[in-house]
Amino acid sequence: MPNTEELQDLVVQVRRDILRMVHKVNSGHPGGSLGCTEFFVALYNEIMDLKEGFDMDGKGEDLFFLSNGHISPVFYSVLARRGYFPIEELGTFRLINSRLQGHPTTHEGLPGVRVASGSLGQGMSVAIGAALAKKLNGDDHLVFSLHGDGELQEGQNWEAIMYAAGNKVDNLIATVDRNGQQIDGATENVLPLGDVGEKFRAFGWDVMHIENGNDLDQVIAGLKEAKSRTGKGKPVCIVMTTEMGNGVDFMMHTHAWHGKAPNDEQLANALAQNPETLGDY
Amino acid sequence: MTKYTDQGKQDTRSGFGAGMTELGRTNPNVVALCADLVGSLKIETFIEENPERFFQVGIAEANMMGIAAGLTIGGKIPFASSFANFATGRVYDQIRQSIAYSDKNVKICASHAGLTLGEDGATHQILEDIGLMKMLPGMTVINPCDFNQTKAATLAIAEHHGPVYLRFGRPKVANFTPVDQKFEIGKALMLNEGTDVTIIATGHLVWEALLAAESLENQGISAEVINIHTIKPLDEKAILDSAKKTGCVVTAEEHNYLGGLGESVARTLASHHPTPQEFVATQDTFGESGTPEQLMEKYGLNNKAIEKAVLRVLKRK
Repeated sequence: MPNTEELQDLVVQVRRDILRMVHKVNSGHPGGSLGCTEFFVALYNEIMDLKEGFDMDGKGEDLFFLSNGHISPVFYSVLARRGYFPIEELGTFRLINSRLQGHPTTHEGLPGVRVASGSLGQGMSVAIGAALAKKLNGDDHLVFSLHGDGELQEGQNWEAIMYAAGNKVDNLIATVDRNGQQIDGATENVLPLGDVGEKFRAFGWDVMHIENGNDLDQVIAGLKEAKSRTGKGKPVCIVMTTEMGNGVDFMMHTHAWHGKAPNDEQLANALAQNPETLGDY
Repeated sequence: MTKYTDQGKQDTRSGFGAGMTELGRTNPNVVALCADLVGSLKIETFIEENPERFFQVGIAEANMMGIAAGLTIGGKIPFASSFANFATGRVYDQIRQSIAYSDKNVKICASHAGLTLGEDGATHQILEDIGLMKMLPGMTVINPCDFNQTKAATLAIAEHHGPVYLRFGRPKVANFTPVDQKFEIGKALMLNEGTDVTIIATGHLVWEALLAAESLENQGISAEVINIHTIKPLDEKAILDSAKKTGCVVTAEEHNYLGGLGESVARTLASHHPTPQEFVATQDTFGESGTPEQLMEKYGLNNKAIEKAVLRVLKRK
């Protein structure tokens, strides 16, 4: 296991990757990606039990499903830097003939991705299916998933939330990125979500909170706590509060950078706030 | 003409159920999901014998499609079942993204397709499902004609890697294909060789096509009858060989003429061997309540309608 300082260096480097990826193609979703950087770095480098290499079935290892596929930049960067594919390939993000599609897909054979996501609200159902397959296979590894908070407005989530509790899918840890923002503004203005944790609890989940999802230590501690709560008859939900655009001052406290790329000047400013640590791709 | 005997009327959905029973006993990777329609899908025996391999998802088809996609990760072969309307149109985007685009080995098994579910009416009578499913890249679309063939198709799709849409129905219809037949995905079946006209039928309309051919024979018209159980991938060679021989074609299906088998055949003919064609199908309309027989008569989907279409197309040769 890397130490926290090494992981913090990785967090900064991943932020640089995200910013450079979306800048190059003048498109993509930096806001949510930057907000979930600590989560991805912790999950893939400290929390999940992963095998070397990649096979679709993922037997004998923990699995992760990204439901809010638009934050593909952080997913791709962390996968590449975990060794799933060459980091140079990050430079092909959103380009023609790339395996790094705008939203993640299995279709181009990118290692590390097990289902397409982008059309929102579908990932929890898929994660439940994978968790059920693990139970059938006698595989005691876990399934993790990440969901945007705005994404919970899609009704399929609540079918899945009801199913997972009703059927004791207790090898599943679903994290909600509670950044409070969506494309058209604050979630509470667009369509109020209310108390997300209470809603999951009312459906029968074991619910916990990570108060600051941009504090690496808190994220690691929270995810470890969540792991300890699995296998007890309830699926586990983490409501993780994050700041969209975290790490870049002008991208924070607004939904403006949900799906917008920085220009040259803005990129230089943003990168200056996140000095190179492990080497750019 | 070649004689076919009805071994006793049965519903195609029971053919699916019989196939599932056999798969439960022979293939440990097969799992089943259903959205509160176990009795209608005839999978009680599978569930009784393999309770740990059955997932009751409740009235939540979108979640069912996603769970099915997830179950493939870990090597399971999920058969996700519901009525055709709720297994396709209602959950199109889930099928598109989580199953088809994600290359997942999910079998979507849809009963009560078409008009012949009868009295429930148009909310439940989907006539657009073949079109919806065949437009998805990588999706195999199968519409078997009777009990025996539906059972055989159910067994065959478990051996095929990739997403499949298997369409069947509710009414008891003639069961005339061989017991324990081998089902070859994508292979058309020549049921009767003829020289004047080709009737290309799928699903419940195959038996009606045979009845029509018999009547036509009495009028001195030699009709070739082809059973297209697999609409995608389509056996283009069988269609073209026959069209070149007879010079005219009638297609017959329990589906809208837009998006169905007829259009797939027309595209094949237009691309390779333009041939006059008539379409026995619903005419861009919803269904309504009634008995299956009344509906098939009213919407022009029976042997008499096929016969009339043949007489029309012969004049266009």
